[in-house]
Amino acid sequence: MSEATGVIHDIGYQRYTGPRLGRRQVFGALYGHGLRTVFGLGRSAKAKIFPWLVVAVVTVVAAGLTAVRSQIGQVVLTYAQFADAMSWLVIFFVAVAAPELVSRDLRSGVLPLYFSRPLPRGDYALAKLAALITALWLLLGGPQLVMFLGAAFTTSRGMRGVWDELLDLLPGLLYAGLWAVVFASIGLLVASLTGKRAFAAGGIVAVFLMTTPVVGVLSIMPSRTVNELAFLASPSSLVSGVGTWALGDLLTQGQEGGIPIGGFGPVYAVVALLLVAACVSLLLLRYRKVAAR
Amino acid sequence: MTLLATESLTKTYGGRVTALADLTVSVEPGIIGLVGANGAGKSTLIKILLGLLPPTTGRVRVLGLDPTTDPAAVRARVGYMPEHDALPPDLSAAELVTHLGRMSGLPRTVARERASEALRHVGLHEERHRAVGGYSTGMKQRVKLAQALVHDPDLLLLDEPTNGLDPAGRDAMLALIHRIGTEFGISVVVCSHLLGEVERICDTLVAIDGGRLLRADRVAAMTTATDVLAVEVSEGTDELAARLAALDLPVSRDGRLLLVPLADDHTYDLILGAVAELDLPLHRLDQRRHRVAELFAPREPSHV
Repeated sequence: MSEATGVIHDIGYQRYTGPRLGRRQVFGALYGHGLRTVFGLGRSAKAKIFPWLVVAVVTVVAAGLTAVRSQIGQVVLTYAQFADAMSWLVIFFVAVAAPELVSRDLRSGVLPLYFSRPLPRGDYALAKLAALITALWLLLGGPQLVMFLGAAFTTSRGMRGVWDELLDLLPGLLYAGLWAVVFASIGLLVASLTGKRAFAAGGIVAVFLMTTPVVGVLSIMPSRTVNELAFLASPSSLVSGVGTWALGDLLTQGQEGGIPIGGFGPVYAVVALLLVAACVSLLLLRYRKVAAR
Repeated sequence: MTLLATESLTKTYGGRVTALADLTVSVEPGIIGLVGANGAGKSTLIKILLGLLPPTTGRVRVLGLDPTTDPAAVRARVGYMPEHDALPPDLSAAELVTHLGRMSGLPRTVARERASEALRHVGLHEERHRAVGGYSTGMKQRVKLAQALVHDPDLLLLDEPTNGLDPAGRDAMLALIHRIGTEFGISVVVCSHLLGEVERICDTLVAIDGGRLLRADRVAAMTTATDVLAVEVSEGTDELAARLAALDLPVSRDGRLLLVPLADDHTYDLILGAVAELDLPLHRLDQRRHRVAELFAPREPSHV
């Protein structure tokens, strides 16, 4: 009998014999998924509102700064100062993004589905961390690029002016990276402790904002050493301190600015490094425990 | 090939709570029922098989691999369906299963195709694009099964797959598991605290209690010897016993009950016929339900 045409056959279950990707590609897939999650891509419209609102605000500010600069010919905020000025927005962005990345998975109980797959449990945490760092860096670096393009196209000194502008931009991007690493590691660690997104967001904001008054109090103490070390007490001022020490004039471009840390620059750098290392270790430890449950 | 093998497997938590005690068992591919009361150590055993928990002492092999030293290789070939709710409510089933397929190392397009296939096999069609939060319990269980199937494993570990399902849902889930085990060529370990449920679809039963092996055997070897019909009549028990004996049924007495080994459906007819002929008031006729611990009387661990 000849084959009947137009009949749909149930082809049944088919085994998969094609390639299976390794650890690195799986890590990449999870990283990409995390990055999309932060900006609400592939998710509901509601999840997109906040991230894109923040992106809009920083972009508009950057565009405004560029416009003002091209009109009055004066730099209102340098690239690094822009990052400093946007820090409060970054805090709120982390407070929303970090719980979105990890608290949701904790609450829905989806982690056993991840950890029963080849992916090592540390990779899960590190991929999420890398995604958050990238997102924050894009958030701060993207507008800097807008400012750079604006300045580059309006420069009156030709290629020489563009090159100078680029040399100003690079430390700014580096500084944005520092913000991203410190804020992402602290934020993700706090968020990984609870499955309730509201608690996680509150916790993150608390960690960043409640430490600021401590800096205020310490910096009016009647001791110069204490004053100069005061900025260690809060993550935001810690980052500023490291920036002031490592990039110095590059950040302020000769303007007033930076914070008075005296000769304690290396201390700030070491503390920042230890802080990030501690947060990442605790994060990995946290997932070791979660997975064993 | 041996599917799973454990040797003197012991797991204690904090040196006090013993979850598994000296468990030695070895099973061949097929559909395996892992039965035991809640807290018998079933979930602990599954976590050790997946390499998520290290055993305190003893050895374990899954598909010829050692999950304690090479967990990634084991997990690449195993699919796991957890007991508890494990689905993010705001993702659609298709998105979730695709993502988890990629987490198992499938390339992007393959993951999408296989996710649709897996969801089709478990009986989710158009619903797969809706958010999981609006699914019924039965549909959620199917999604959990689909995500375990998406990367084409050689072994499925299903932890209480019929939990929370109504009788029709249970039957559908069991039929699906049976189909996966027989038609798909994938071995399945089904954990359950309900023996009556898994014995219908399994070729092998492993019973554990308090972390110890009660018995492991082929279902065929067990049920023929153990299925018993209990008959109770309000009067004339002796007459009925004599009549049944005359019909060549090996009848025995247990108080007011007559116990008749169940050979096949014909046994029912014979008993009912005898009761009707003698015109006795039949009080009860049912298949005797064995409790797990009763059926799996402790004995030496056996090799199946």
